[in-house]
Formats: sequence, structure tokens, C-alpha cells
Amino acid sequence: MSQSNEVLSARYVLEYTYQRSVGPVIGRFLAGLADKRIEGARTKSGRVIVPPTEYDPDNGEAISELVPVAETGVITAWCWISEPRPNQPLDRPFAWALIQLDGADTKLLHAVDAEGIERMQTGMRVRVRWSEKRTGHIRDIACFEPERA
Amino acid sequence: MKEPIKVMPGPVRLEYTVIAGRHLSRYLRALAEGRLLGGRCPACRKVYVPSRGACPTCALPTDEEVEVSDRGTVTTFCVINIAFDNAALPPPYAAASVLLDGADIPIFHLIGGTSVDQVRMGLRVRAVWVEKSKLGPTLESIRWFEPSGEPDADYSSFREHV
Repeated sequence: MSQSNEVLSARYVLEYTYQRSVGPVIGRFLAGLADKRIEGARTKSGRVIVPPTEYDPDNGEAISELVPVAETGVITAWCWISEPRPNQPLDRPFAWALIQLDGADTKLLHAVDAEGIERMQTGMRVRVRWSEKRTGHIRDIACFEPERA
Repeated sequence: MKEPIKVMPGPVRLEYTVIAGRHLSRYLRALAEGRLLGGRCPACRKVYVPSRGACPTCALPTDEEVEVSDRGTVTTFCVINIAFDNAALPPPYAAASVLLDGADIPIFHLIGGTSVDQVRMGLRVRAVWVEKSKLGPTLESIRWFEPSGEPDADYSSFREHV
């Protein structure tokens, strides 16, 4: 063995393989995604919350009514990811964006495949790109893409 | 229509590059040679295995390198009864703090070569090294510690380390 003074380094992975219990409302939302259906929770005042919450954020009342919303919407805020990390939704530069779907009153966070930062703008219309393999997971939505006219 | 989803995978995964530093690198290289290295504090004379470069009590560099024995005493232990991903051994098995002869701080390792009901505080153990061609700069160069057959150590000899 050499008497090298070189400092050693090694790759180290810390991983917890959690299973998260999603609860009854998100559970229905996720199941809907598998059928290419996006649903929101309708509150007593008529607001539609996407993704749905179990309770009305205004008054804490339980919500059980889910209503479908469109698979198109508008970007209200975004940030550009020029160097995607492993396991992110896209392996090329993309945007994380808040998207208000048509028929919804709140925003959903998801990825936008815009091909380049110069194409991104607040107010841009986008449409869902569904994953081919859907299991009832947020990744059943592969990402959003600019809506073609 | 699909049944509501009950659980979803939510793994937490952190990928690091760990840089061992000079002292830990020497300790790891020594393991690849089948030796256990510590560092002695010039003031309190305690030997830390592995040495991280400084005495945590005296705040002085532990530059004096000391080879310690690959035999030691179980100061405390636990029995693992539940199987989990990447478990070192099929349960039940024991993991123990082993105070190596010549060291003033225990290292943590597996206990093998015996049944878990034989593992106890004060048990004398010796390192079982992997075969020479498999030695590397890792504590996995020691497969586990097994009973050495010596009489149990007296509690007073390791009381300070429990």
C-alpha cells in the first residue's frame, strides 16, 4: 500500500424510502390523474382549489365535493431551471411554474417544457402533457407545454 | 374509475461527496492494510479511533498516530430484529460499541460468529477481517467482531465509555 497523503473522498447516499399516506381527498385527485382527469375541491363559497385540500382554507370546513377542471391554464409565476437535477420531471432545461388551470381558483406547481427561457412568460397559456404510463401519481402529468394555437 | 390512492412513494434522497480529510484518510488507508489507526491527544493522552484531527476536549491536534489492537470489549450493544432495506445481516443480529484495546473511544460495528443472546456488555471480541484481496479503505474491511474466547472484561474497565 502506498504512503500517499492524498485525501480520500467517496460518494455517499442518504436515502429514506418513505411511503406517504395521502388522505382521502388527494387520494381521489391522484386516482383521477390516472384517468387523465384533473379535479379540484369546491368550497361552499364556490371556489375551486387545485390540487384539492381536505378543508376549506377560508373557514376550515371539510370539503368532499370534487369537480373536474380543464387541462389547460395560464402561468402566473415561474422560474427557469437551466441545469436539471436527476429525477426532476425533465432532463433538459425547463421551468417550474405556478399554473392556474381553467376552472380553478388556485395555482398548481408543475414543470413546463418550453424549449427555451425566451419562450417563457407570465400569462402564457399551457396544456397538460400526460405521461404514457399513469399510476395515480402527480407525475401522471409529465409536464405542461405551451398551448398551440 | 380507479380506486382512490392511499399511499405514494415519497423518498428522501441526498447525494453527497464525502471528503475524508487527512486524518480520516490515513485511518482508511490503514484499514486497507488490515490495521486500525488512532490519534493521541498530546495533553489528555486519549486515543481517538478514528482520529478526526483534533481532541474534542483539549482542542489540540491529535498528530501522534497510534496503532490500536483489533481486539476489544463490547461496551454496549443493540439487537436488530426488524429487516430493513440494505440491512447488513439477516435479523436478528447485534450491533455494538467496541472499545478497542489501546483506544479511548469505542467504534460501532456488527457482532457475528455467535447468537445474539450471547452478546453482552463486557464481552471480549476480535475483528474478523475480510480476505486480503478484498481489503479496502473502508471499515467494511472488518466483516464483524466475534467473541475472542477471553474472560469478560470487568465493568470498571469500560465504565467510562458507556
